[in-house]
Amino acid sequence: MALLPSEFANLEPFATRWSLATERERWEERVSSSIDDMQALYDAIIPEVGEAIAYCDKFPLDEMPDDAVNLLRLIYSFVMVSFAVELWRQQCPPDTLGTQFERISEPLP
Amino acid sequence: MARYPKPAAGSWTEHYPQLGTGPVSYEDSISPEWYQQEREAIFKRAWLQVGRVEQIPRTGRYFTKDISAANTSIIVVRDGDDVRAFHNVCRHRGNKLVWQDFPNEDTSGTVRQFTCKYHGWRYGLDGSCVFAQQEGEFFNLDKADYGLVPVHCDVFAGFIFVNFSEQPAQSLREFLGPMLLGVEDYPFGQMTDRYAFRVECRSNWKVFSDAFMEFYHAPVVHVGQHLSPLRAAITQMGYEAPHYQVEGAHGLVTTAGSLHRVWDMPKENVKPADLATRSGLFGPWDKSDLGELPPGINPGKVDPWGLSSFQFFPNFAILIWEAGWYNTHQFWPTSHNTLLFEGNVYSLPAKSASERVGREMAAVSFKEYSLQDANTLEATQLGLESGVIDQFPLNDQEVLVRNFHKATADWVHEYEHELAKA
Ligand code: FES
Ligand SMILES: [Fe+2]
Repeated sequence: MALLPSEFANLEPFATRWSLATERERWEERVSSSIDDMQALYDAIIPEVGEAIAYCDKFPLDEMPDDAVNLLRLIYSFVMVSFAVELWRQQCPPDTLGTQFERISEPLP
Repeated sequence: MARYPKPAAGSWTEHYPQLGTGPVSYEDSISPEWYQQEREAIFKRAWLQVGRVEQIPRTGRYFTKDISAANTSIIVVRDGDDVRAFHNVCRHRGNKLVWQDFPNEDTSGTVRQFTCKYHGWRYGLDGSCVFAQQEGEFFNLDKADYGLVPVHCDVFAGFIFVNFSEQPAQSLREFLGPMLLGVEDYPFGQMTDRYAFRVECRSNWKVFSDAFMEFYHAPVVHVGQHLSPLRAAITQMGYEAPHYQVEGAHGLVTTAGSLHRVWDMPKENVKPADLATRSGLFGPWDKSDLGELPPGINPGKVDPWGLSSFQFFPNFAILIWEAGWYNTHQFWPTSHNTLLFEGNVYSLPAKSASERVGREMAAVSFKEYSLQDANTLEATQLGLESGVIDQFPLNDQEVLVRNFHKATADWVHEYEHELAKA
């Protein structure tokens, strides 16, 4: 069964791994992924991110169908990996491995 | 050449002559004895911010908060229009009254009464003891004498403050003073989309706070948050604030809007993901409409205005941003060289997915730079603890740091003085 709306079928291969509900999961996926894998996600989403956001905007936030929620979560993962891809060229910011900064609550979805 | 005019005295630091301009000792950040004095003199006497009223919207809603610096945990509970605070300790035999699964972790929930997990004594939302198990077995027990121990509690602009002294020397409003009271009419209460963060760090609470009182470090520690072709120029330019203000122990720094208006910058200078989400380090680009802001948000009348960072002594800060959002920082010492840092990012409830995406970008940016700060400050603590150096020069962009360390010392010395008199 497709996780994403059919308009975004080309992003489907990324959805199982990156359509994650919470920042904690997205952060963990980022720190345990290779730069190449994150680059692939980034490159796939960036040309369509405008359309993807516009698609999600068609629904009220609290009444989004599951496939739109998955798409939104994939956009969040794009945001998450963009720092590694655009700035750091590694998983975490340089010189930050000795610390954590846990997000303990967030609005959903 | 200064980019912005300095006060007539020649500098912000000299504008407040009580601060001096000499090098500063950081013995106050490595001494376990000094920390014990700070606990007594500051954390048991100053008004401390512990949360927002939106966390306890209805009668019976409560949260607990461990305040290691004051050696206690408190319960903060809503009872009608009142917000009350109590020490989280059962009057029967001292069990921590409210906790869940882990005795040393904070919790929250809704109750009609608080029931002790040990022998079942119960307390009303006003703290009174309403039930003692097998009351007849006791000897002349009058439940009226066994209410929860109250903590002074007051609310300012929806922020809940507590004070552990028997009788606070000042009311909350007196303690805050005109500069901080100036933020009162900002619509904090409407800004309920909240991203909350925490980290425990190996650094003194003041060493950690220091980095959130000056932006002198920003073009160095955080320069990597910009695209690489810009980095050299940003570091070269350095940081200057157009306005500083010191009011007793509290402080304010305002930053110019021109630094933040990413949306006005040439596109090639902006991260593609920022362009895609219309958001970034300085928050979402599409300004939230908050109506007219109270003049107290920008007392230096900086134009264009970008950010005001209000430092609430001793350990809380509110940062209000031009784009219509705010964040808070709080620094809770857990020993002389460890702390709990709590950060929150608040905005109006998102009305659409695109607004959520913008807030997500802002919240992720907040994490990226907080990680940089946190790790750097552990390194600073290590350097200070070597004890090799005991005098450190502070520049004019570090005026709030200078004031903060002086204020903590003043509080400790005043308290000693009071004790000596008594
Ligand atoms: S300690 Fe609470 S009822 Fe005994
Ligand atoms: Fe910083």
